[in-house]
Amino acid sequence: MLKLSLNRVGDLFAKIAEAQALYLPVEKAGQVDYDKWTADAKVSMDHLNTAKSAKDLFFPQVERMVDFKMEGKNIEIKPHALSDEKFVLFGVRACDMKSMEVLDKVFLAEPVDSFYAARRMNGTVVTMACSEPEESCFCNVFGVDAAEPAGDVVTWKVDGELYWKALTEKGEALTEQIKALMEDGDEAKVEESKAAVREIMGKLPLANLNLAPFQPEKLNEMFNSPKWAKLSEACLGCGTCTFVCPTCQCYDIRDYDTGHGIQRFRCWDSCMYSDFTMMAHGTNRPDQMQRFRQRFMHKLIYFPSNNDGMYSCVGCGRCVSKCPISMNIAKVIKALGEDKDE
Amino acid sequence: MNNIEMQIPMLGVVTDIRRDTPDIKTFRVNTITGEGKCFEHKPGQCAMLSIPGVGEAMFSITSSPTETRFQEFSIKKCGCLTDWLHQMEVGQQVTIRGPYGNGFPVDTVLKGENLLFIAGGVGLAPLHSVINYVLDNRADYGRVDIVYGARSADDLLDLKEIQERWMHEENVNVHLTIDRPQEGWDGKVAFVPAFVEELGFDPDCKVLVCGPPIMIKFVLQSLTKLGFEKTQIFTTMELRMKCGIGKCGRCNIGDKYVCKDGPVFRFDKLNELPNEY
Repeated sequence: MLKLSLNRVGDLFAKIAEAQALYLPVEKAGQVDYDKWTADAKVSMDHLNTAKSAKDLFFPQVERMVDFKMEGKNIEIKPHALSDEKFVLFGVRACDMKSMEVLDKVFLAEPVDSFYAARRMNGTVVTMACSEPEESCFCNVFGVDAAEPAGDVVTWKVDGELYWKALTEKGEALTEQIKALMEDGDEAKVEESKAAVREIMGKLPLANLNLAPFQPEKLNEMFNSPKWAKLSEACLGCGTCTFVCPTCQCYDIRDYDTGHGIQRFRCWDSCMYSDFTMMAHGTNRPDQMQRFRQRFMHKLIYFPSNNDGMYSCVGCGRCVSKCPISMNIAKVIKALGEDKDE
Repeated sequence: MNNIEMQIPMLGVVTDIRRDTPDIKTFRVNTITGEGKCFEHKPGQCAMLSIPGVGEAMFSITSSPTETRFQEFSIKKCGCLTDWLHQMEVGQQVTIRGPYGNGFPVDTVLKGENLLFIAGGVGLAPLHSVINYVLDNRADYGRVDIVYGARSADDLLDLKEIQERWMHEENVNVHLTIDRPQEGWDGKVAFVPAFVEELGFDPDCKVLVCGPPIMIKFVLQSLTKLGFEKTQIFTTMELRMKCGIGKCGRCNIGDKYVCKDGPVFRFDKLNELPNEY
């Protein structure tokens, strides 16, 4: 294990950015999001959850897929080049790292989504263990250890030092680039900090959510639960939960006429929107209740059913803090998991 | 990483346009050279057709895989993209990608069986591919019954082919019906489900059904009365789709993605899914 004084992370970032692009949590207009590092970027080393999750780096909110030129009856197809930017993504929390496992199941399943695969191949992820989890956190429920994230490299902030440990070949290669800045670190210090974080995680209000009732064989029972009506009653269908969610992966494919040609792009979409399944002859989910139910059933039953029990939620808590009507997956898990028909 | 991105289309050219009914046209698509098929497909599989800037949508491939010269799509005019397709002319280039979905199990569970096809309206389109595949491989299948109904005689799709080919094939019985009496029509007037019951098929066959959801629902009731099991009956579904490869989430029902796990489902399997289609 290596370490570096937190006073010198600027040097670390500069060194990384010499060889490839570096994205990390940057504060802009009061909001922290992943952004490209520059010498004067206001890097946030303490902020827990970026507004948009790390999925934006691999499955961007908008991605151009193909261009067309229309001339009379003729069409010219110009596939948009796959992203070839080599980059390091620094400061990813354990929950967002877990979300990449979820997204991999979708985008790297055959037939592979080459847009996602290219970004995944070109990216090296440096995670950062949490030191001060918040009340909205419940990653432990999904088997995520906030104190020990996965990633190509994992880092810990302890007593003014940044501890650094490579976990994969990509991580080793990155470590080689920055080794000269580092000195040997004492693992015992990190262990102490991990224990402290785990203790906090266990005491958080959502730490004991029970997932046991959410089993694929309960699909129809859960689907037909009378509780969905009440749970979804106040849902505005705004889609905020979907956009901040690190695992939501539904997308739309649309064409934009630039005046000089057509750009076909894909963009994040939400199953909570009324036109998500709308066809010329109607929609199969006309009510907000049905659309609300779809989102949670997908995360808690359908996705695990197709992916060896892996839930499509990582407990990051973004929906808990961002939903304008204070509805969230934690409340859904609680309500549906109970036996009472309230 | 795969070299072929399934979400990027190729070019095709429309080489023939046929008006079948007042609101259904059949479009013939060839590769950009004007000859050959853009790709091979199985009966019941679909393709994404698009006019860039207008829209892209999933359509069942109406022609049989045994048709080596081209692919055809029977398309009802009912929305933004289909309106555009209906006013285009021969020679128009389109983008096409596919094939998508599972198709009907013509080479496995349907092989060697007696087959009963039941279609309503434009629902004949996906079955058309299977019927011609079966007729082109006649020795591999038993008796074929085709029940086909539409609102009026003018709305019957592929009538010429039905009368000139299907009705003359050996061991093939075609039963046509229309919803309301019409001058010049001396055939059957009945809704498809009632007609199926009246014809009283023996449950010694496999059934392939496609049509409006309400027709499918009542056909299923009729077949149950006649002693058919859900495991004998197959249908093909239609839902909003974008990617075609089970990723964009649009056609998700329960733990299935209609674009890749379907669109063909056996009825007992369909019944296991949440009732949301």
